[in-house]
Amino acid sequence: MTPRPAIVFGLAAVLLVAGCDDMTRQKKQNPYASRATAPGDVPAGVVQYGETSAPVPPVTMALLERGRTEYHVFCAPCHAETGDGHGMIVQRGFPAPPRLASDGPQRIYDVITDGRGVMYGFAQRIAPDDRWAVVAYVHALRISQHMMLSDLTPEQQATR
Amino acid sequence: MAAIFSPRANVIAAVAMLGAMGAVAGLCLWWFAWPRSDYARHVGWVIQQPVPFSHQHHVAGLGIDCRFCHSSVERSAQASLPPTYTCMTCHSQIWTNAAVLAPVRDSLMANRPIVWVRVTDIPDYVYFNHSIHVSKGVGCASCHGDVARMPLTFKAKTLTMQFCLDCHRNPGPNLRPLAHVYDTDWRPDHATPSPAELMRAYHIGGRNLTECSICHR
Repeated sequence: MTPRPAIVFGLAAVLLVAGCDDMTRQKKQNPYASRATAPGDVPAGVVQYGETSAPVPPVTMALLERGRTEYHVFCAPCHAETGDGHGMIVQRGFPAPPRLASDGPQRIYDVITDGRGVMYGFAQRIAPDDRWAVVAYVHALRISQHMMLSDLTPEQQATR
Repeated sequence: MAAIFSPRANVIAAVAMLGAMGAVAGLCLWWFAWPRSDYARHVGWVIQQPVPFSHQHHVAGLGIDCRFCHSSVERSAQASLPPTYTCMTCHSQIWTNAAVLAPVRDSLMANRPIVWVRVTDIPDYVYFNHSIHVSKGVGCASCHGDVARMPLTFKAKTLTMQFCLDCHRNPGPNLRPLAHVYDTDWRPDHATPSPAELMRAYHIGGRNLTECSICHR
């Protein structure tokens, strides 16, 4: 008696499924396996160490907001949210930084990039555009500390 | 001729058959349930690291933001582990003689990275991208749990495909305003926009998020 096609198909299907392996073991192309196929050494958007920066972006509210975020993340641990240099890490024993100085924008940018004194450089952590955002925010922070309520427009006073 | 089987054999046979069936059923259940258990998935397992780094101390205690160390999370697929240089940003000045930090100093001296042990290792065929998630309002804690309360870091969620799909099918409840993405103990309150509003604000919903190619290539 010849086997029925359904049985043959069933057996073949079972055999095929038995060939399946765990998906975690599969061939995968690794572009970093050889120098020839690896992506470029320098990813897009990265400036070389020591190079003077991206062009200065125009100061907008969005840039200042970005600067506030980056300042909060990277600067506030030591410089404090107010910029007075009594951040939490300083309270725990890190040498206190001076108050945010009246340096020009390029100088602040360079200090963020390369560090200064015991402050390490943040070139690897803060992207060039974001460094300019921090520079703008630091400038705004300095101005804000000598502002009087009467200096604000009535609309600004209403939103405080 | 005496009977081959005594009357007791009936009981023995029945118990043996029931036992065999029970064993088979139990094995099936075990085979099904064991890989799904938190134990097998290493949920809650604290992993031995070269330095017993405490997120609780650094994040909850000192108020350091996630991005201070995981600085590429907004721009790259990988949140990235900090290089030794990042640790030394502070530890070049404080706790400079702490024995627990010896591997960090050795790493700096030898110019050799610290080899941290992965807490979350998803398979290579999953192309998870951190930057899109944090820029669309998915908080760190949604996948990593309340890391700020972990003295030693462990995996808080299963992070299985089921876990990913649960959210990809209905992302709304897991979205939060951008200002709270890095708060590990944030909870929605009355001022939080509704899930539907957040979905609209982030332009989520135009594409079917359960398409295979969203996560697999």
